[in-house]
Amino acid sequence: MPISHLTPLASSLFSLLAIISLVLVFVMLGSRWLKDYLLAFAVESWLIAALSATVGYYGHYPELYLVAILTILFRGLLLPYLILRIIRRLGVERELHIAMQPSSSLVAGALLVIFAFVVSSHLGAQLGLAGTVAVLALTVMLSMKLIGFLMLAVRHQAISQILGLLVLENGIFLGTQILVPGMPLLLELVILFDLLVVVASFGVLVRYLMTHVGSTDSRELKRLVG
Amino acid sequence: MMTVLLLILVLAPTAAVVGCLVQRSARVAEMLNLAAASAVFLAVLPLLGLSLGGPHLYWDGYIVLDPAAAWVLLCTAIVYLLASIYAVGYMRLLGEEERLPGFYALFAGFALTMLCAPLMNNVGVYWIMIELTTLVSTFLVGFELGRESIEAAWKYIIVVSAGISLALLGTVLFYWGGSLVLGPTYDMTWAVLREVAPRINPTVLTLAFLLVLVGFGTKVGLAPMHTWLPDAHSEGPAPVSAMLSGALLNTAMLGIARFVSVVDVAHLGPMPHTVLVALGAFSLFVAALFIVRQEEIKRLMAYSSVEHMGVLALGFGFGGPLGIAGALYHMLNHSLNKSLMFFGAGSAMRSYGSKEIRKIRGVFGRLPVTGALWLAGAVAITGAPPFGLFLSEITILRAGLGGPNVWAVAVMVVLLIVIFIGFLAHFRRMYFDDRGDTSAVGQNQSGWCVLPMWLALIPLLVLGVWWPHALWQFFMQIAAQLGGGS
Repeated sequence: MPISHLTPLASSLFSLLAIISLVLVFVMLGSRWLKDYLLAFAVESWLIAALSATVGYYGHYPELYLVAILTILFRGLLLPYLILRIIRRLGVERELHIAMQPSSSLVAGALLVIFAFVVSSHLGAQLGLAGTVAVLALTVMLSMKLIGFLMLAVRHQAISQILGLLVLENGIFLGTQILVPGMPLLLELVILFDLLVVVASFGVLVRYLMTHVGSTDSRELKRLVG
Repeated sequence: MMTVLLLILVLAPTAAVVGCLVQRSARVAEMLNLAAASAVFLAVLPLLGLSLGGPHLYWDGYIVLDPAAAWVLLCTAIVYLLASIYAVGYMRLLGEEERLPGFYALFAGFALTMLCAPLMNNVGVYWIMIELTTLVSTFLVGFELGRESIEAAWKYIIVVSAGISLALLGTVLFYWGGSLVLGPTYDMTWAVLREVAPRINPTVLTLAFLLVLVGFGTKVGLAPMHTWLPDAHSEGPAPVSAMLSGALLNTAMLGIARFVSVVDVAHLGPMPHTVLVALGAFSLFVAALFIVRQEEIKRLMAYSSVEHMGVLALGFGFGGPLGIAGALYHMLNHSLNKSLMFFGAGSAMRSYGSKEIRKIRGVFGRLPVTGALWLAGAVAITGAPPFGLFLSEITILRAGLGGPNVWAVAVMVVLLIVIFIGFLAHFRRMYFDDRGDTSAVGQNQSGWCVLPMWLALIPLLVLGVWWPHALWQFFMQIAAQLGGGS
């Protein structure tokens, strides 16, 4: 098991990268400017790429270098560029109406992290992995998941919702790199590709929203009920 | 032989997609799509027989053909064929001639993703195929570009993508649990997962299973994750609604059934089945509430899909040979019947120019043939004899009586009766209420629209009075492979 015999340096590197990614999610949660979200997402993707490369180096998984490069290309450059284009076209710069103030959502996010920690330390104790980087990876993975759902729930702009979904995906991807670095390469590649298709679809849909609904605020989408 | 048939399954819709994209004639596009659907249907029939005798692997084990997959393929192929016939008549009424080739390209592409998904042997690739079905069908849901249909498409893609990402998390946890036993790299196929499941830590397994259940449950439309379903099913064009309801939901249900069979061998106790039964019962409950008070015709059909997915979940949840056989039989019956219902709803909607039930009055006068077929379908879908759904629902009820979840049987019976009354009350108003529209002018329906309704109703009637013995044996083999339940 790679997780149990890691050098202290490797495991602190992993922890550092994972924790910075988690902090970046809080940056997204605490801001109401769409560009901040995007920037935080891009930096997070680069961190995940760095994580892949580090895991590849210490765990001797050469294929993870390829994953790292592709992560930078797709998640770090292409996706932010596509989303930036959508933002420019929309001319919406920030969330105007928030269901939850940034300060309150930070607190809610912190509570979710605590919940994620409780769940993962319980899992870690069950597996005899308590205190290892695996518990941290699980915590970060679950908290990014939960915070992504929080963002989907309290933000109304179409862009915020897309980024919320991407945070969900990032969380899983980050956890995967530490927990199951040996996952077949094919899967990782296809998931990356899949993400690209998701964002392309969103781009088209957002344009439809603009032309046919006249707004990208999801509060306008309330005709279908019952 | 089998390889050739599988290739037809993939290549026929692919050829239709390419063909529809390169030429601009709507007439050619609809015929290409219809030809692809017929080819797929003809290819699936022999596959059903060939799939017997266990899982067959192809292409380095990435493709698996077992009876369960073949069965879901059959349901998909039938709905694809019926919907393609109906689409020829229906889509011409929309007056969007120049966009039709694009529509048929998406339609065939949607069918392609649904035909691939059940064949995936790798759990991760299966997840990706399910995600792809969402992406393609989003544009079909939003095809009419109205305010409501874009809204439905947006809600569909956001809710389902978010939900299905939980299934990915669950899948990763399954892989992680397995990697603690098998080492860091292995092929996570269904068979390997079943083998390793008893040795995975039960806590990890429970968490992973629940995540997967919620994730794919979103796609299946089990309450309370069903919120996208009424919107997407009611706003897409009628042939798309039929595909979503009759084919897509089954494709995701197969994943749930397979995951249940994985955790079944892991001695987690009755938990997986109880959770599935609870979700199924809750879906019936939610569907009953919304069916009784529904005001729109296609949303009525959509909630009926929530109901029937609940029945399927109950069938797989009760488990045992009887439960699984009942659920599989129900799957086919529901596919046939729901296509019929959406076709009828589409024709009525076009004829009256409204989706609202209160504006649809005197259907017999205006649409004699379509109306009669649609009414027969309504009687069938509420589970009344002599149609197939009666048999399959009774089988599922019997399966439940023999198991530990007898409470769910009682709930199911009560809710099915409520739905029967509520659903048919709407139809009574549409057919026999004389207030409002009495200008009964008989309208001619295109043969393309009426033919698939006959093609759906007749097998439904046959399956209701005669459950072929060969089919029973086929189900028994699937039940044996899916673990036979608790």
